[in-house]
Amino acid sequence: MSDTSSEDHVAIGIVSHSKDVARGAADMVRQMVGDSVVVAFTGGNPDGGLGTDATEIGAMIEKLWRPAGVVVLVDLGGAEMNTEMAIESLPEERQGVVRIANAPIVEGAVTAGTMASTGASLAAVVEAAEELGG
Amino acid sequence: MSADWLKPAIQAVAETLIAHSEELSDLDSAIGDGDHGHNMKRGFQAVLEQIDQIAAEEPPKALQKIGMTLVGKVGGASGPLYGTLFMQAGKSWDGTPSVAAVAAAVEGGLDGVKARGKATAGEKTMIDVWEPVVAALKEASDKSGADAAAAARSAAETGLEATREMKATKGRAAYLGERSIGHLDPGARSSELIVQTLSDLVSKGVAP
Repeated sequence: MSDTSSEDHVAIGIVSHSKDVARGAADMVRQMVGDSVVVAFTGGNPDGGLGTDATEIGAMIEKLWRPAGVVVLVDLGGAEMNTEMAIESLPEERQGVVRIANAPIVEGAVTAGTMASTGASLAAVVEAAEELGG
Repeated sequence: MSADWLKPAIQAVAETLIAHSEELSDLDSAIGDGDHGHNMKRGFQAVLEQIDQIAAEEPPKALQKIGMTLVGKVGGASGPLYGTLFMQAGKSWDGTPSVAAVAAAVEGGLDGVKARGKATAGEKTMIDVWEPVVAALKEASDKSGADAAAAARSAAETGLEATREMKATKGRAAYLGERSIGHLDPGARSSELIVQTLSDLVSKGVAP
């Protein structure tokens, strides 16, 4: 295990159209990686149906934000676009360390979490997750 | 200064989309997840709730406010796409109601949508309506507002109809591949409804 604290580790955000999928993926990261990596999730549209919500995603990223960086896993197109918009609405100096990993949401989140728990850099965490994408 | 045509224009667009929400969701059921009409309805109902505050702004700022409202309320992929369309159109407009200035605004919105959706024309999306509309408006830049509006309306109709035979490569419809052929794209239809509504307002003299 790394001797750095979770504050120094890249954090993981999960955005799914389904809140249950997002929660389940976050649970898997917590169970498989432990609490040395901070994980948050969001899912569903403003009415509680399936969909994603740029405002909620923005709030999740704000909560996760740290100098080490944040990797966000997304499921489908709308989740990706809403996450991009949420990142763009962050203050400019904060945008640079928030990245969307192009990877399957569950496997990507677990891999990113595992990599982040070693204290790996943001680039290394994103790369590890994206290798799964094929 | 706000413009007196702004509120009726926003209201007409919102009411048209809300009135067509079942049709849009039915189109979406054929090739997507069937929520386009409901999503647009939710978004434009939120716009109507704030119409007085929005219409009090100058038109470019009002477009940006509409875009921000849509991003927050629509959900699905159409939230960020329509949100970007309106926000970028507002940012690309100097506020003059000339054909050339409106063409530049719509082109700004279109460029935003292309960047956001990483898409181009011919992929069975709303871009297939907005791109010919921009071309028609540019070509009509020395014509009257009414002539330009009529040209935009006809370009939108042709663009929409062309999506029927296209194979989707973007969005949920892309999973269907060849099976997406034969259906109108719901996002192209909602875009065409917006152009049609605005064009009618111009020909009736409600908007410049």
